[in-house]
Amino acid sequence: MNLGPHADFIVAAYAVTVFVVAALVAWVVLDYSAQRRILGDLEERGVTRRSQRKDGR
Amino acid sequence: MAVIDLANPTRFLTLVNRVLPWLAALTIALFAVGLVRAMQAPDDYQQGATVKIMFLHVPAAWLSMMGWGVMSIAALGTLVWRHPLADVAGKAAAPVGAAFTFICLVTGSLWGRPTWGTYWVWDARLTSVLVLFLLYLGVLALYWTAEDPGRGSRAAAVLTLVGAVNIPIIKFSVDWWNTLHQPASILRMGGNAIDPSILWPLLIMAAAFTLLFFTLHLAAMRNEILRRRVRSMRIMQAQEVRA
Repeated sequence: MNLGPHADFIVAAYAVTVFVVAALVAWVVLDYSAQRRILGDLEERGVTRRSQRKDGR
Repeated sequence: MAVIDLANPTRFLTLVNRVLPWLAALTIALFAVGLVRAMQAPDDYQQGATVKIMFLHVPAAWLSMMGWGVMSIAALGTLVWRHPLADVAGKAAAPVGAAFTFICLVTGSLWGRPTWGTYWVWDARLTSVLVLFLLYLGVLALYWTAEDPGRGSRAAAVLTLVGAVNIPIIKFSVDWWNTLHQPASILRMGGNAIDPSILWPLLIMAAAFTLLFFTLHLAAMRNEILRRRVRSMRIMQAQEVRA
């Protein structure tokens, strides 16, 4: 595949897009595992949400 | 499951957990096909191989506007019905939309240099897209810096609805004013003006980017629901310590 005299611009455009999309995916995945970990810690310590309580407190 | 049941965050989470792996797999498959077709597409008779930038730039431009559209609908849900899931949807869409707008601006600039001879010009289309990017940053700032999340959400929703005025300005800027940017080539009166050998890879890439947007949006919504659960549990914990 010959990208011609402006290959640098084409490669740079694809590189920036890959970088931004990869950063978005990493943000979503890392944020998910962080929230799950914090929720797990809180539940282990016996903290519950109001809607989970059976005594209605 | 009725559609109205999805307004319940717990049921919504169950659905997202089921749908997300399939959506991600479909996105990857569409990108694989789209990228192969994009690399095999012939050079443009005027622009040469730089037309390959179009397969990134045009979908990103569409999604930058669609992202604001999603946020505008969510803003109505926040302000009119005060539904928490609408607020979650608006907040989750903002960073994704901002990222696609950034891609649109950067790839457009990199496409402009070899085709127009300049990275940037203050014409109506480019400037209105830059304004959209700044509006995204403004909404993110309101969501992320407000001390009271409820007030921050309402302020972000108002800014979103005000900013929606910019969407038709972006779309029709190339018709209303003299711009260096080319007029619409696909969604226009008289049908599209692109050869099928370039149009099909573009449409496949647009479908792939759209699926990517919804995959990331749903995943970010799931994270936001979990974040709010963490917040409410911490408040409960603090109240118990004080009691």
